[in-house]
Amino acid sequence: MSHEELANPELAGVEVVQDSGDLSRSDVILKGALAAGAVYGTFMVGPYVRKALAMSGGSDVDILNFALTLEYLESTFYKEAKTRAKASGELKSLIGMLADDEQQHVEALTATIKKLGGKPVAEPKFDFPYSNTAGFLKLAQTFEDTGVSAYNGAGPMIKSKEVLGAAGSIVQVEARHAAAIRLQNKEEPAPEAFDPSLDEAQVLKAVEPFIA
Amino acid sequence: MPESNEREKAGAPAQSAVARAVKDPVSRRKFMALTGGSAAAAAFLAACGSDSGTTTTTSTAMSGGSSETAQFGKGDIGILNYALTLEYLETAFYADVVKSGLFKGADLATIKKFGEEEAEHVSALTAAVKGLGGKPAPEPKTEFPLESAKSVLELAGTVENLGAAAYLGQAGNITSPEVLASALAIHSVEGRHAAALNTLLGTSITPDGAFAKPATAKEVLKSVEPFIVS
Repeated sequence: MSHEELANPELAGVEVVQDSGDLSRSDVILKGALAAGAVYGTFMVGPYVRKALAMSGGSDVDILNFALTLEYLESTFYKEAKTRAKASGELKSLIGMLADDEQQHVEALTATIKKLGGKPVAEPKFDFPYSNTAGFLKLAQTFEDTGVSAYNGAGPMIKSKEVLGAAGSIVQVEARHAAAIRLQNKEEPAPEAFDPSLDEAQVLKAVEPFIA
Repeated sequence: MPESNEREKAGAPAQSAVARAVKDPVSRRKFMALTGGSAAAAAFLAACGSDSGTTTTTSTAMSGGSSETAQFGKGDIGILNYALTLEYLETAFYADVVKSGLFKGADLATIKKFGEEEAEHVSALTAAVKGLGGKPAPEPKTEFPLESAKSVLELAGTVENLGAAAYLGQAGNITSPEVLASALAIHSVEGRHAAALNTLLGTSITPDGAFAKPATAKEVLKSVEPFIVS
């Protein structure tokens, strides 16, 4: 994304078309990236944020449950990958660490939802289509980048300062995971100066294919 | 939605009692306490099973309020100017490193890329301060010890990890949802930079474990003080 494109206020409107058709996952992520790229022009991110607020407008428990679903996905994905990804050496230990981090996120979110008087969502059944290390790494990159964008998109909707702090401490770890996985894929660890944000509908669309 | 978002209210022209309460940082904290904010804090701290050290750091950062960035301006402007000062520092650091000739090839490309991204953060934050009607903080004069490739990478790692912690420490103090969205978009990029540098250094990508720790403005400013000449 070039400098000029980022400064283009038109970008703020790009995400408006998200619901209009049958977009592929990469399209959806790209729309999110464009919408967030508009942050570059002072407050061009404003309409995007307000739209997201108007769209979901959930309680903090709703947002935490949404995050929990994503953490379930990542946690299950890495747990399985310990054997399925056919990894060795450095990558093998990275997978172990990622599985452990995501499991801790699941536990923290579950406990927080309960303490707020909410009911944690049930763990969905997942199906991850890959058969080798490269396939695993490709999916891992999608999940981690999507996770970062999901938390960043939800952040401004969080009402409690403490829940926001908690989400922030998780999203930074997701961003670190994303960078590490990207390096494994020989890709830029931080491809953009501003991480895109995705709204709930975009995230659900991105993860839907993996929910069995 | 039956319950509107207080952040949205804070930015709205309608001045209900709630909107006024959340706009004023002090009343806002009282308001949060009344509406269960403190219960949420207790919930998360318990949920994370943090050790006492984490709990202390977190609660310090949370309760510090925006007053700790008051020297940079009021409220969100102060927070943005504080971030701008850090981004100026990072931009200058990477520019000096590129000039030092200590790096070549892929490592140099990474350093250049990170430096460009920090420069974009500077532009965005400057525009955001102006957008709020504030005066952008001046660019500080900086000086960094650039002795060897290894020590420079270590310093880069320190600076980026600190930068990520600095944004995390301020997230809860931000009033405007737009400013928060922008800060979050930068925060995770700083996290990515930090993890990439930690990877180059062969250290853990997540030095704080599964939950990143915030840093207060006081802690951060003290750490960067040695690099600011004026």
